[in-house]
Order: sequence, then structure tokens, then C-alpha cells
Amino acid sequence: MSDKKVRGNGRPANGKSQERSKGLSGKELWDAQFASTPKRAGAIDRTISDLPLKPMYGPEDLAGIDYERDLGYPGEYPYTRGIHPTMYRGRLWTMRQFAGFGTAKQTNERFHFLLAQGQTGLSVAFDMPALMGYDSDHPRALGEVGKCGVAVATLQDMQDLFAGIDLGAISTSMTINCTAPVALALYIATAESQGVPQEKLSGTLQADMLKEYIAQKEWIYPPEPSMRIITDMMSYCARHVPKWNSISISGYHIREAGSTAAQELAFTLADGFAYVEAGIAAGMDVDEFAPRLSFFFNAHSDFFEEIAKYRAARRIWARHMRERFAAKNPRSWTMRFHTQTAGCSATAQQAQNNIMRVAFQALGAVLGGTQSLHTNSLDEVLALPTEENAQIALRTQQIIAYETGAGNVIDPLGGSYYVEKLTNELEAEAERYFERIAELGGVIPAIHAGFFQKEIADASYRYQREIESGERIIVGVNDFVQEEAESISLLKIDRAVELEQCRRVQEFRANRDGEAAQRALDRLAEAARGDENLMPHYLNCVRSKATLGEISEALVPVFGRYREPAVI
Amino acid sequence: MARPIRILVAKAGLDGHDRGAKVIARALRDAGCEVIYTGLHQTPEQVVEAAIQEDVDGIGLSVLSGAHMTLFPRIKELLVKEGSDDIVLFGGGTIPPEDVKPLLAAGVAGVFTPGTPMATIVDFVRRECGKRVGA
Repeated sequence: MSDKKVRGNGRPANGKSQERSKGLSGKELWDAQFASTPKRAGAIDRTISDLPLKPMYGPEDLAGIDYERDLGYPGEYPYTRGIHPTMYRGRLWTMRQFAGFGTAKQTNERFHFLLAQGQTGLSVAFDMPALMGYDSDHPRALGEVGKCGVAVATLQDMQDLFAGIDLGAISTSMTINCTAPVALALYIATAESQGVPQEKLSGTLQADMLKEYIAQKEWIYPPEPSMRIITDMMSYCARHVPKWNSISISGYHIREAGSTAAQELAFTLADGFAYVEAGIAAGMDVDEFAPRLSFFFNAHSDFFEEIAKYRAARRIWARHMRERFAAKNPRSWTMRFHTQTAGCSATAQQAQNNIMRVAFQALGAVLGGTQSLHTNSLDEVLALPTEENAQIALRTQQIIAYETGAGNVIDPLGGSYYVEKLTNELEAEAERYFERIAELGGVIPAIHAGFFQKEIADASYRYQREIESGERIIVGVNDFVQEEAESISLLKIDRAVELEQCRRVQEFRANRDGEAAQRALDRLAEAARGDENLMPHYLNCVRSKATLGEISEALVPVFGRYREPAVI
Repeated sequence: MARPIRILVAKAGLDGHDRGAKVIARALRDAGCEVIYTGLHQTPEQVVEAAIQEDVDGIGLSVLSGAHMTLFPRIKELLVKEGSDDIVLFGGGTIPPEDVKPLLAAGVAGVFTPGTPMATIVDFVRRECGKRVGA
């Protein structure tokens, strides 16, 4: 690609463009004029993901596009223009700010604050021990309790987390993966204690283990048993928690790990197809569970590439679900997704500038038709957000929603020569990746081979080198640098939080019927050795007051522990 | 001719953010270092044991979970205890500016916050870890 680049001095003027000879078309004249004029240096001839760009797109780039077949109307197959006929004319996207830090009580206060500020859904960030299956007082949890999310180890913690919040009236997203069945069981049991039956619960569990092995790297068991746990949850939710999205298939972390937009798109959808195949292999009808599958994408800085990515994602999903998996229910064809602005694009330098980055990224997500959105706070590159910064982030969404008019017209960039062309190119690139993954034997064999991990590491190193060379400018980092006048105030998680949380977990264990908890754990392990659905057994464990760490550990003798092929 | 500098790139603690660690590992390798990568979720004990076994000149530790104030000092303490305090400990991650000084005071030789150019880290390694090579 770089050989096409035209550097500062330009080329000698092309004679043709000056002649204005009659035989030339407008396009030919423009081509000639463009070629003869000097250009800026830098990475301007490709997207942030290294997709080559023309300087201008025109009618010829729409050649081959059939409106009805490739775009359709909003709410119509293949949903390129959006999954609902009304889109934001009917209802705005859900403004869902991810929050969690310290103890359950501290996070509960933040939830009440966010709801009072007009937030319309909850999203829980758990701390690393909860995400990895350790209780807060486990030696491996030392220094990590309540640090990058809320500490939850017991049913009491979950009840404290949602104190004063009616679980029958709110939708809750929980970003948790290898311990997702425990979190779901704790949530259901908490709702029961509020008198809310599981049929009424609405929300989303991330529970996407494939992307853990690919990118986020939080795991306990190997991929194969993890897939069984997920299909058990999918099947349980389809039957007993019908309004629950049992899985949120995530590209966000793949992108954060350094992938390109095309890789994010391709790997996420490949994971999605793998879950569909697993559900079918477990004996479910595709239309029984596919309507509850949801997605989660990153909103990065290359504005048009991101919009094209969301549009391509909807179209690919619809086509594969209808054509390849023979789904009959249109809800199985529609891709619903959450979006979060790119944490990896935030800079510690001149951190206030992150407000602007987030605003552009969020606007891209809205123009791409997202169903819900989290806008990052300016301070998240260094710590969890303060209340003030979390509020600015939420206000950013409200300004987009109510002041810019961006949501008043559906898919406003549909028909743009550039955006349609980019949508096609991203779809084609994703299809090429699907072929390579199939050649490797599917997603899980490709994980074992380190394929995704290597592709992502290559892309992130290329990107970093472009920044180092100055070819790609990051404002405040490698250009427009200034001495930092003052540091921003950050949220600090006190060491006392860890001690307090450990004390509470120990108190919880001391005050329960330990034998009943152990019996429930034994029963879970026994079920895991056979092929029963594990979800009722997880529920039995939390009702018997077994802790998150105990439940996670109980299955290690059955399923084993995962060790990754470390790829540089 | 001096032998190449040997660096252990380590991920301690529970977080799985390995993008930075991998980028640094590649940059150091491209700069002529021998790089060993621990993989994820190592305990401080495992990191120090690997460093001694591999006879490295430096440990580059990456922490993005907020546990840096626990993990860096613990690794330093173990290095001292094992009599391997000549191994240079440096690292980075989501580390707020005000935590840099206490980490340096705890014996961490270099703390690199988000946005640090790879070249800065490579220069640091050549200068500080190069001493141990005796080049």
C-alpha cells in the first residue's frame, strides 16, 4: 500500500489535466488534477486498520450493489440499514454506562447516582478475582479486590449490589465470562429474594468464552467444557429466563487487544457462528436460542470504517443465519449489539482530549445503528472513572441524542459511495477470514493453534510502529505534545476496601450451613461428569450459599484448567 | 563480543491485557534482545523463579488491573530475598502518575506510563540492563 503514497512535493503536473481536452470525462479530469497536485504526508491512504483508501468514491463504487438484496429497508432483511423499521425515531439507544468498583455497597451507590442522572440500564463491571473465579480472600486476589470492578463473591454481595433497585423493572448487563453461570445464578437468587421471578428478568450476560481465549484472556477451564457451560446457559435461559440475552458475543476486547476493524468483525462473527453450531449440536432448534444472542462491538476512531463495520456485521449475520443455518424466525437473523468507545484509543497525555475522542466514536456508533452504548470517561486510561467524569461521558450521549439530530434520520449514511464501498470491503474481508478459520478446522482449533492471537499481535505491532514513526499522529502523544499542567484527580480504591471485603466473605462463610454448601458443590461436580444441564446445579449452589470461588474450583477436577499457548 | 541482553517480559496478577506486553516483547526482540514471555496470570513467585532460571538481565512487568502497588514491590522483595537483586525490574501499565514515585522508591528501576514510545523503553533496557551484560 505504501508504494501508492504520494509525498509532499508531488509529481510534475500532468499535461492532460491542463489541456481540458474535450474527450475527457469529468472523472478523468479530476483524476488528472488530483494526481498532479501535492498531497499531505502520513497514513492518509488507508484506514486505521490498514484498509487501502481511494481519495474519493463515486458512482462506480456502487456498481454491483442491488438495493433490495444488499441493503433493504430498516427492519428488513439483510438489515444493513438497521434492525428496526423505526430505529431511533421509535426509541433511542439504551445509554448504559458500565460501572463497578470497590465493594458492592459502593457500586450500589454509583448505580443509584447513574439512574438519577437519566441512565436507562445498568451494567456491572466485576473485579478481577470475580472474573477469574477467586473469592476476595483467596491469595491470588491480593491487591486486586475491588480494583477494576466491584468485588462479588457471595449471594450477600449480589444482594447488596442491587439493594433498592427493582430487578423486575430494570435491565442489567453483566460483563463476566468464565464465572458467568455463577453471576447469573446469583442474580436470579437475588431477584427471588426481592420477590421477582426469573421469567421477569431482563438483561445480558457476556458469557462469551471464545473471545476470552482469543483476546481478553480470562478463563478457568479449557475451551471445550466452556462451550458446554455456555450451551447449558443458552438452553436454560431460552426455557426459564426468556427475556435474558444469554450471551453477548464480543468484538470489543478483540479490538482492544490490537486487532483491525476487519479482524474484530470477522473473529466476532466467527465466534457467533461457533455458538450457533454448538447450540444446534446440543440438540436445540436454531430459532429457539438465536433470537437471544446479542453482540458487543468497539467504537474506534476511524469514523467511517466503524460505521461500515456495524452495517457489514448486520448483513453478514443475517445472511449466514438465514442461508447457512436455515433459521426461520426473522429475530434470529437480526443482530442486536451494544457498543463501547475504544478504551485503547484514550491517552494519558492531555486526558481532557479523550472527551472529544469519545464523542466522535459514540457518534459513529449511533450512525451505525447501535442498540445500546457505553461512552468511556476521560480518566479511564489511568483508573476507574470518578463520578464527575462518568457524568460527562453520559452527557456526551445525551448531546448526541438530543442536540445533533444524528438519530432523527435512519442510517443517514446509507447510499454514501464511500460507506457502501467500505461496507462491502469489510464484508469481503470477513468472508476471507471465515475461510481461513474453516481451513484450520474451526474456531477452537484455531485458538489452540494461536491463529487469532498471532493475527492480533501482528496488527497491534504494525499500528504501534506507525505511531512510533510519526506516520500516524496521536494528538498529545507524538505531536502537539505539551507539558502537563496539572494531573487529573482519579478514583482511588483504598486498601481498606480489600480488608473489609475479605472480612465480609469470611463472615458469610462462617454464618452458613457449610455442609449444605458442600453437598451442593458435590452435586454440581457430579452433574458436570454427566451431561445434565448445569444451570440448575449452579442455582442450587448459590441458594446453598456456596461462594463464587468455591463453585468455580469445584469444577476444576472435572474440567481441568486452561493454559494458553503463549504467542508473542 | 558481548552477549545479547536477556529480558523476561512478565504478566503478573489476574488481568489478561497482554497487548502492551506483546508489543514491548517484539520491540525488544527487534532491538536485538533475547526475550522470554511468561504468559499470563503469573504469581510474583513464578515471575522471579522464571527470571532466575532463565538468567535474565531484566524483568519487564506489565500490570493493567490496578494491582501494581502490590505486584511490583512483591517481585522486588522476592528478588532481594533470592539474592538476585541485580536483575533490573521495570514495567508499565495503567499506572497513575502519582504512583510512579512510590514505585521508583520501592526499587523499580523504570516505570513507563501509557503512551510511552517503544524507543524510550528500548533505550532504557540497553542502558540499564546492558550494565549487567558488561558490554
